[in-house]
Amino acid sequence: MAWLGSIVPLDHLGHYIHWHFILISVSNLIVICLMVATFVAALFLPFPGRSRRKENQ
Amino acid sequence: MSTTEIDRQWTTRLRKRAAGKLPPEKLLPDTQPSYVSSWIYVFGVTTLAALVIVIVTGCILAIEGPQWWHSSDIGHFVNSMHLWSVEIFFFAMIVHLWGKYFMGAWRGGRTLTWMTGCVTFFASILAGFTGYVSQTNFDSQWISTQAKDGINATGGGSFFNVLNLGQMLMWHIVILPIAAIALTAMHVLLVRIKGVVPPYEEDTEIAR
Ligand code: HEM
Repeated sequence: MAWLGSIVPLDHLGHYIHWHFILISVSNLIVICLMVATFVAALFLPFPGRSRRKENQ
Repeated sequence: MSTTEIDRQWTTRLRKRAAGKLPPEKLLPDTQPSYVSSWIYVFGVTTLAALVIVIVTGCILAIEGPQWWHSSDIGHFVNSMHLWSVEIFFFAMIVHLWGKYFMGAWRGGRTLTWMTGCVTFFASILAGFTGYVSQTNFDSQWISTQAKDGINATGGGSFFNVLNLGQMLMWHIVILPIAAIALTAMHVLLVRIKGVVPPYEEDTEIAR
């Protein structure tokens, strides 16, 4: 399983994005982007069973 | 004992009040309104499920102790489960919070639901923080010395010492878990008592 750790090397300093007063680590930025993507997906992806239930009514 | 005497017992009054506010069919309802069939409603219970894993793995860590989780394979695995379920917990909680914010889910007398959510969020941040400073590694040393300056600047340093490992660990494994569980229980029971908030277009009365 040790090879897993070599995919993303973790034993060096993290990367940061620094733009004027904005300073954020790349890992934090990725997580925020994933949360936004999940939020948008949750709004637009069809929920299974929704149409079936409507037909029954 | 006469009937009126029985009626006045605090146990009787408590049962009647509880059963009136939260009858079994409201506590575990069979159906939900059609607008609940959307992915955005899944994130509350995702947060809840993640919290359960956090608590269970945390209890296993507490039973076995640091030597075990620092040196054995299973220990590393449970330690990782604890960390990653926390990551999922916060991730799902944020998406949940955004969903409820844009739904205006505090409408119709649901202020307490929203507020218990906010306070749970705050308690969870403290739980995350005390967890990080309990790691006894360079990370925790860095985080706690930075936090020491921050908390001293607010005057909070006279109440808490973030460099005190014993104190931080106790907060992390006793006080904050109890707070998070109690607040979450309140939060979910309030959702059941009030029922799911109708969308803006379905309820113009309370949407205003
Ligand atoms: C430990 C963290 C939390 C857990 C376990 C949790 C769990 C839940 C669950 C299971 C529901 C019902 C299902 C749903 O609508 O998703 C719910 C509803 C709700 N949550 Fe949370 N939640 C948490 C944090 C928060 C936070 C941080 C907020 C916002 C500040 C929040 C605001 C709400 C509101 C307003 C509702 C009511 C929605 C309605 O009446 O339709 N929750 N929560």
